[in-house]
Amino acid sequence: MMGINSNAKQVIAEIVSNKKVGAYHHMVFAVGELASAAKPGNFAAISVGGESSQLVLRRAFAIYRTFDRGANGGLLEIVVAPHGAGSTWLTNQQPGIKIDLIAPLGTAFGIPTEPVRALLVGGGYGSAPLFGLSEVLKNRGCRVDMVLGASTAMKIYAPLDGKRSVSSLTITTEDGSTGKTGKVTDVIREMIASNEIDIIYSCGPMGMLEAINDIAEEFNLTHQCSIEESMACGIGVCMTCVIPIKGDDGVIRMLRSCIDGPVVAGESVIWSAKRTIPEGTWGAL
Amino acid sequence: MFNFQATLGEAEFDNPIFTASGCAGSGKELSQFFELSQLGAVVTKSIMLKARSGRATPRMAETPSGMLNSIGLQGPGIDSFLENDIPWLRDQGVRIVVSIAGESVEDYAVLARKLRAIPGISALEVNISCPNVENRGQVFACHPETARAAIQAVRRNIGGGLPIIAKLTPDVTSIVEIAEEVVAAGADALALINTVLGMVIDTNTMRPKLAGKTGGLSGPAIRPIAVRAVYQVHAAMPHVKILGMGGVTSGRDAFELILAGASAVSVGTASFGNPMAAMQIKDELRTELIAHGFDSLREAVGYAHRSEGNI
Repeated sequence: MMGINSNAKQVIAEIVSNKKVGAYHHMVFAVGELASAAKPGNFAAISVGGESSQLVLRRAFAIYRTFDRGANGGLLEIVVAPHGAGSTWLTNQQPGIKIDLIAPLGTAFGIPTEPVRALLVGGGYGSAPLFGLSEVLKNRGCRVDMVLGASTAMKIYAPLDGKRSVSSLTITTEDGSTGKTGKVTDVIREMIASNEIDIIYSCGPMGMLEAINDIAEEFNLTHQCSIEESMACGIGVCMTCVIPIKGDDGVIRMLRSCIDGPVVAGESVIWSAKRTIPEGTWGAL
Repeated sequence: MFNFQATLGEAEFDNPIFTASGCAGSGKELSQFFELSQLGAVVTKSIMLKARSGRATPRMAETPSGMLNSIGLQGPGIDSFLENDIPWLRDQGVRIVVSIAGESVEDYAVLARKLRAIPGISALEVNISCPNVENRGQVFACHPETARAAIQAVRRNIGGGLPIIAKLTPDVTSIVEIAEEVVAAGADALALINTVLGMVIDTNTMRPKLAGKTGGLSGPAIRPIAVRAVYQVHAAMPHVKILGMGGVTSGRDAFELILAGASAVSVGTASFGNPMAAMQIKDELRTELIAHGFDSLREAVGYAHRSEGNI
């Protein structure tokens, strides 16, 4: 069993920038040296609501990217969708405000040693960690095709400088307001068939990840996905964010998505569990 | 020189700030943020006889000034715990309070036998009040007879030295009645309070949000319940030491529980929001006690009970 990300640090980080991008906010924090330790797939856990808040728990955000500019200049960027009280509070904070932040947390996307053809699939602001990943893959000589999907154009997060790191970018929206009309799964099957994809990386809602995993299994492809489950602490102490995962020994265990995830092998997740403990899980009643 | 030492039963601790059961992981996770030996004690997750998957997800719902959890005592079981977790904690030089939970009176007896000869343990917390079980009848601390039976089983099997701390729920008509039962059955001290049974319904899906439907409410929302429970029990049995807990987030909050009658204080949900919470609370509590003119922690225990004529 893995432990907490040994690079994780708690810092008081100043907001350097906060810009609205479509339905989201792109936020930049001055985090110092921990920026250099973050890898694509890691996340940050941020306190919200201020001193007298009734919001007692941190919010977890996938790290969009980091810049290492020496001991005092490290930057960490996230993309926030203001849909609850905590994330809305955060997007209302202006540059200069200081925020309690813990990062980098959790597992990172595995990077192949050989130059391979990678397909990166993001749902909504789940695209955020994929741009940093695509840069790393591109530097390793990989071909990177990216597919981003959302319900509507405003919810596609695809900044210009992010697009430079990918060989192709396909966008789908359910309402047809931009790109192809439909879901990401409508286009990736065809791409896999024609592009000889070796590996799929995905980040987005659990339903989307499950659908992508079905396709990955159909084509016998490696699939790494960034999962999510209701999480209280983000640092491995509370045991609430567990998901059923089958280990190399064939045993299903309830593992913490903050410690053994958020990036996991798609094939190891028991997707069918949905609000149940799968039969045969270690320690099941 | 201010004396910060705390006593529970026969056990002495350098300071009164403990982790709460189930709120410190294995200890390793928090040790990345501070040295565990700075705590009064680590109270471990409630450990059961066998490995346990816990309940299905979602297990967590944030609520106003608190959260619901329905973890359901996920853990490796006592044998793995004694082999892996205890030696590591011992190496940290931190005082250890092992928390145990059983499904039957016999479970508690077996757990006590397995723990009686283990070196390096300061006390045993007997959790008879976890709300995350399928059958409410399994919450031993809800009935005087079952509460007594569980504590008796531990008392008869634990041997002499190890203090027993019985952990109780406030979800009863009279917590004083249950407290008196477990003390009569051999508990040396009491842990007050466990989480309070609650529920959140998701108004989008229009179903209970937690897969287990109900969960235990923790956090500042329940602090007045904890203060009340500690106050009532201390008033009835001032000689019985209490480990107080329930939504403590600051030194002020810890001080409040100590005034109500707690001899030491556990930090739970606050550590989820801030891994340094226990350390900050410890420093703030010391400052708070000194600012109020106390020379020792012990002088402040139950101070809210003094008669009106007393300033």
